[in-house]
Amino acid sequence: MGDPPILQMTGIRKTFPGVVALDGVDFALRPGEVHALMGENGAGKSTLIKVLTGVYGIDAGDIRLNGTPVRFGGPLQAQQAGISTVYQEVNLCANLSVAENIFIGREPRRFGKIRWSEMRRRSAALLAGLDLHLDVAAPLSTYSLAIQQMVAIARAIDISAKVLILDEPTSSLDASEVERLFEVMRRLKRDGVAILFISHFLDQVYAVADRMTVLRNGTLIGEYATAELTQMQLVTKMIGKELTVLERLEEEPRTVTADAPREPIIETHELGRTGAIAPFDLTIRGGEIVGLAGLLGSGRTELARLLFGADRPDEGTIKIDGNPVALRTPRVAMNHGIAFSSENRRTEGVVGELSVRENIVLALQASRGWSRPIPRRKQDELVERYIKTLGIRPADPDVAVRNLSGGNQQKVLLARWLITEPRLLIVDEPTRGIDVGAKAEIQRLLVELADGGMAVLFVSAELEEVLRLSHKIEVLRERHLVEELDNTGGGVDADRVMQAIASGATP
Amino acid sequence: MTAIVKHRLFWPAVVLVLLLVSNVFFAPRFFTITLQDGHLYGSLIDVLRSATPLALVALGMTMVIATGGIDLSVGSVMAISGAVACLFIGDLSDQGSVGGVLLAVGLALVLSLVAGIWNGVLVSVIGIQPIIATLILMVAGRGIAQLLTGGQIINVSSPPFRVIGAGYALAIPVSVIIVAVVVAAAVLLIRRSALGVLVEAVGASPTASRLAGIRSRGLTIMAYMFAAVCAGIAGLIFSSNVASADSNAAGNLIELDAILAVVIGGTALTGGRFSIAGSVLGAVLISALDITTYTIGVPAETTLLFKAVVVVILCLSQSAAFRAAVFRRRRTPAVTPAAEVPA
Amino acid sequence: MTDVKAPPQPAVTVAAPHKRRRLDRRHIPVLATLALLALMYGLGVANYDNFSDTQVLLNVFVDNAFLLVVAAGMTFVILTGGIDLSVGAVVALTTVVAATLLNDGWPAALVLPLVLLIGTTLGLGMGLVIHYFKVEPFIATLAGMFLARGLSLLINRNSIPITDPFWTAMAQERIRFGPGIFISTSVVIALVVVLAGAFVLAYTRFGRTVYAIGGNADSALLMGLPVGRTRIAVYTISGFLSALGGVLLSFYMLSGYSLHAQGMELDAIAAVVIGGVILTGGSGYLFGTVLGVLVLGLIQTILTFQGTLSSWWTRIVVGILLFAFIVLQRLVTRRAR
Repeated sequence: MGDPPILQMTGIRKTFPGVVALDGVDFALRPGEVHALMGENGAGKSTLIKVLTGVYGIDAGDIRLNGTPVRFGGPLQAQQAGISTVYQEVNLCANLSVAENIFIGREPRRFGKIRWSEMRRRSAALLAGLDLHLDVAAPLSTYSLAIQQMVAIARAIDISAKVLILDEPTSSLDASEVERLFEVMRRLKRDGVAILFISHFLDQVYAVADRMTVLRNGTLIGEYATAELTQMQLVTKMIGKELTVLERLEEEPRTVTADAPREPIIETHELGRTGAIAPFDLTIRGGEIVGLAGLLGSGRTELARLLFGADRPDEGTIKIDGNPVALRTPRVAMNHGIAFSSENRRTEGVVGELSVRENIVLALQASRGWSRPIPRRKQDELVERYIKTLGIRPADPDVAVRNLSGGNQQKVLLARWLITEPRLLIVDEPTRGIDVGAKAEIQRLLVELADGGMAVLFVSAELEEVLRLSHKIEVLRERHLVEELDNTGGGVDADRVMQAIASGATP
Repeated sequence: MTAIVKHRLFWPAVVLVLLLVSNVFFAPRFFTITLQDGHLYGSLIDVLRSATPLALVALGMTMVIATGGIDLSVGSVMAISGAVACLFIGDLSDQGSVGGVLLAVGLALVLSLVAGIWNGVLVSVIGIQPIIATLILMVAGRGIAQLLTGGQIINVSSPPFRVIGAGYALAIPVSVIIVAVVVAAAVLLIRRSALGVLVEAVGASPTASRLAGIRSRGLTIMAYMFAAVCAGIAGLIFSSNVASADSNAAGNLIELDAILAVVIGGTALTGGRFSIAGSVLGAVLISALDITTYTIGVPAETTLLFKAVVVVILCLSQSAAFRAAVFRRRRTPAVTPAAEVPA
Repeated sequence: MTDVKAPPQPAVTVAAPHKRRRLDRRHIPVLATLALLALMYGLGVANYDNFSDTQVLLNVFVDNAFLLVVAAGMTFVILTGGIDLSVGAVVALTTVVAATLLNDGWPAALVLPLVLLIGTTLGLGMGLVIHYFKVEPFIATLAGMFLARGLSLLINRNSIPITDPFWTAMAQERIRFGPGIFISTSVVIALVVVLAGAFVLAYTRFGRTVYAIGGNADSALLMGLPVGRTRIAVYTISGFLSALGGVLLSFYMLSGYSLHAQGMELDAIAAVVIGGVILTGGSGYLFGTVLGVLVLGLIQTILTFQGTLSSWWTRIVVGILLFAFIVLQRLVTRRAR
């Protein structure tokens, strides 16, 4: 590890209007190492990659490749300089053959005519070098995502073999495919390629990375050798334990108290969906806030979507009020009194083109059907009430929702579901990307709703938030529900949850 | 004042007024409306009358486009509807029988409805892209109409049928009344029920709509059914006006004019927010354009050129890329991204 | 694992049998069209006297040479996932401009390149608007259609006969293979276009970029392919080939008329779809388009032989075939996922 870094980034600062995405971040990558970039959502990982490959410019700082200062105009320039990126979604053309995907744009030619046999021969040899034996004339779409991923890597290293960025390449791979990818990575490492690896799976990082750089909220936490940092320490560094601004706002941390036990509203048994979430058992009772904790990509959203019928399970059963049900579509789930506010507020939540009023009544209207419109007076009354209770700004029901801030859009989304008077409210990251005041209001609202008897499934990447609100915390790790922690009376602390996230037993 | 200027129908309305006014220079009596034998006559009435089939087709097209789709088959549905009605009436022992004509009209509309269901099912159940799904009926439909009429132009001499496209009631052309009634009924149905907002939600964001519990399938099929029925009525007006069924001429290229009318009316081709009033205005604008070229005395063929120009201008004004390009050039002549390679 | 330098030879032989056994999914639509064509031809031969004459088949080419050229251009566009509605109008414009200029005494040697240039320029213009202003191809080429059809009507609303010696020579020239067995020069031109187009699609970087854009335009951009240039080029090619198709049509009809080629864009699209080119782009062959044109032509021929069946059956049969092939495409692409 004594080599000088091939890539050195120092003091990188990048701001977007109103947000500091990266602040004084240093990063160094050496030849022949696998270096993991770690951090939660919003920590600045993808911004750092985009800054490096020239997708974004930087406000301050220095990027050196082999000691020479560089500044790229885009991924293509970066690639020409020897930095290639392979993304989670394979950026190849699945309709073309494997060989073409490796060589397109730089095919071997004679007098302008592509030499197909030469191209096939060379790609077969290249893939064989990665221990892959494919029919290179077959369309890429005939192969699994894992193979496609490796073809993308083959293309990348054949173009430039110095720095390889793997941005969450393992998200959609199964265990044996991941192992295969790791074999390829280790082989490349031996050939002196510097690999920057991003993954949410801690075990994978520990299996393949030599060192790691941890970011949090756009700042550098530190660079560590993998062997010197336990998973527990890593999770602590990623999530952080310092008091959030929010807590300082709240005078006294809320202590969750246990009321008289209520009847379960929803119970799942061995409910699961291949590639999304392993079978799990979960019970949610009325008046209870159940928190879902886990790192990004641990299956939080996937679990929530199954309970709302947004995705169909492959196996397992769901009971509502003790009766087995099949939640085939969101509409069916809604008829059972379930509501779901998605984490992708803009694409899966509000309809930006429509007004605040229309967005708020949308779900209720959908369940009534088109022929039974909500009378205008009733609409006005409902909308006015929720604009007031939730403090939606501007308080104009006729303004298009896309003109509202993130926090107000979230409130509109909550209002949409609250007027349907659900018995189970599933909220996925309701406080992400919104300002502190709105955040506190939404948290308070959820507590009030639960006190009023509603069941709430609360999904959040912020551990503090989950701890403060939840009666019960379900810990997810690598798409498994690994542990259930009873938080009544404030019995659980952050360390306990982080321990579960870091080392919870995966069956 | 600025509110009026900013209204999305402001510019189309201005163009319409300019078009109409420009006629006066060539035909001083353009705005004169006279009452003869209890019928209103005048160029403005002609504009409205000739706009009727297009306005109906554009009305239906608006709903389809609002769901994020498109319907290319409307012209063929017009041809089928006219052919069926004329065939049925031609077979009547008494072509003057009102009951018989009503039956013919009903039959034509039922067949149009079936065509709409076919399109809707292809799009929302089988999942074929709308432009391609409706292409099938666009190609085959006209053939079916010709098959029905045996490739002949079927002439009918049925006074009750003639009323639809050429008659007058209360001094006003019946076709105009029909369109007014259909448009009013559609507006009432769509805006008073929740259809409008649900369709807009589906068109603007299919994913968010699904997660809000909206079942888009039924709405989409309904939109195509509505478009087909509108086209069916338009076909009846057209063939009643010429007292015959001409499977080649009926609704030829009307799908393109209808799409144009919808776009002029401020409904984006990507779906979502729609404006029925805008589409009707667009249809009247296109009709006024045809009439204007006629009064001005330039060959009618130039309307096509003019339409091309209108489409280009409208699309460019809707294109974010174009606006950005113009905007950038005007404000800051030299914004180059920080794209220097090695310093 | 340490033996990095292991010869690739065994690996390839391991994969090969796998490849032989399976039918390449990309070929299914083309094979279906081929089977359909064989079936139609068989039916024709079985039912009608003289249908088996070689000239019957050759006449399908003679009567559809212009469509073949136009459909070839359309194939390029559809392979990128776009569409070109202007082709019929450009064909008509070409015939009108050519006829008008020839009647005014312009030499054929000047008229020919000029009309080709006009079509190419129109195509280029549409390509530029589509790429730079991100206007939907459907709308941009619709405007092009209005423009071209309007221009030709403006020039002359009547049919203009062509008496130019070169044109009449091209119209009457027959390449004979034996007594009563011949093709026209237009067929030769069309076949040259098809061969050249097929070569470009299969063996040049430009051609492969066309497929890549149709497969996934975003990926193509990230892989550093000239997406913009290629996209503009396919509309330019389509414009050029439409003009060439217009020239062939004017050879065939010996007239220029603004109402020529009404609805030819639909025939071209139908031929491309029946030929197995996937309308969302990225998959299909020019050879398939040729088969698609032949299917359309053979339907006409059968109807002519039948005599009692009327011309509108063409539209109905084409509609049914379109439906069948689009559903087939759905099944094929769905299974590929």
